Amino acid sequence: MKDADSSSKAEIVLPGDILYRGKNMLPGRGTYRHGDEIISKVVGLKAVKDRTISVIPLAGAYIPKVGDYIIGEIVEVGLNYWLVDINSPYQAAMLMFDIPEFVEKNADISRYYDFGDIIYAKITNVTKTKYINLTMKDSKCRKLVGGLIVHITPSKVPRLIGKKGSMVSMIKNITGSFILVGQNGRVWIKGGHETLAAEAIYMIDMYSHQKGLTEKVEEFLKKELEKEGDGNVRQSK
Amino acid sequence: MSDKASKDFHENIKDHLRPDGRKPDDFRPIKIEVGVIKRADGSAYVEFGKTRVVAAVYGPEPMHPRHLADPEKAVLICRYNMLPFSVEERKKPGPDRRSIEISKVVKDALSTVVVLEEFPKCMISVDMVVLEADAGTRVAALTAASLALADAGIPMREMISAIACGRANGQIVVDLTKEEEDAEDAVDVPVAMSSLTKRISLLQMDGDLTIEEFEAILDKASNSCVKIHAMQRDALLKKYKKEGEEVDIDDEY
Repeated sequence: MKDADSSSKAEIVLPGDILYRGKNMLPGRGTYRHGDEIISKVVGLKAVKDRTISVIPLAGAYIPKVGDYIIGEIVEVGLNYWLVDINSPYQAAMLMFDIPEFVEKNADISRYYDFGDIIYAKITNVTKTKYINLTMKDSKCRKLVGGLIVHITPSKVPRLIGKKGSMVSMIKNITGSFILVGQNGRVWIKGGHETLAAEAIYMIDMYSHQKGLTEKVEEFLKKELEKEGDGNVRQSK
Repeated sequence: MSDKASKDFHENIKDHLRPDGRKPDDFRPIKIEVGVIKRADGSAYVEFGKTRVVAAVYGPEPMHPRHLADPEKAVLICRYNMLPFSVEERKKPGPDRRSIEISKVVKDALSTVVVLEEFPKCMISVDMVVLEADAGTRVAALTAASLALADAGIPMREMISAIACGRANGQIVVDLTKEEEDAEDAVDVPVAMSSLTKRISLLQMDGDLTIEEFEAILDKASNSCVKIHAMQRDALLKKYKKEGEEVDIDDEY
């Protein structure tokens, strides 16, 4: 009951806003404790879950986290490693033994991944000084060929996925595209109505926290598809 | 006519009105807007009467040049710049002694609130451009920079608001214009204060004041900073409210 109340009326908070006074709650992401108070650090939406108060940021760069699946681009090929741009201030490294293929001795590793290749990889380690390690040894990870990539605000990725993937699977169903979402704000779309899916994703980025967004996006997609259908009919005549 | 003007002037002094008709505690018309530059990560526009400043924030991004990177925290880079046509006589473009000083004091003020420890090896650039100058450009720039940082999603412990106070024509006034700053007895005291803990992060003085006057100025400045902060809040909320109207949070977060 209490939870429903807090989630239905989320408020926008700014840096320096006092979120809670007392010692019964814990400061979560985007907050800090100062004496008895829990204070917001960023512009975002206040979210209370169990005993933790956090602020979901509405802007900001992607900060890598262990276990995240990200879409990256190979920017450097070394002797035994690749450097990957992961849409973050920090570059990630992928070592030779992080790929599922068998690498022969003294092989030129650009055979496996070369400059400009787009990969869907998993973050295995992030150190305090922000050295980042990636792996491809995961059933979900693979090289992405073709299709198109769109960028959204990284903090809005959970909104794009929706509750148990409801939002993204709705877009997949209507447009018939294959969609892969990286936690770093990059989205890969392939097949089906690619540009239409991209438009829907931009729409979610823009109106991320409006109520009933899923329905609005669904309506938009159906309308656009109908229009396109009309166009096809006219062309065939 | 000139007699009447001079009489008016003395009347004004009697009523404690200032050359532009303001009361000592009044600001010039203030306009604040957030998110004015699309290409920047965060931006803000601040107008104090005829003083107009734009601030833009880029980052966090990899530090360049690399050897200046700090392995423990981000580096804040502030650039204050005046456009050639911002002042009465054309200003030679590029940094000068004054703008380097202002860049430094603004950087020091912002460093007290920005949580730089979250982005080791990175840099955060804050660019401030004065479009039109009529005194109080450093406080306008600082007010705008604080908003732009918040807009860029960079974590800050609190916000910073700034205002210039001082003495002009024998009275303690808030938000001086260039005309007042050029008065014979003028002393300009720019003050920046954090929004929550009310700590002073910028305080400069270019003249002589008695202790009583200084305390009066500080008092007025802190009251004014609270008012400026309220305006900053409104401006930030105005940008984000439309995104967050009837906000809805998923369990996914």
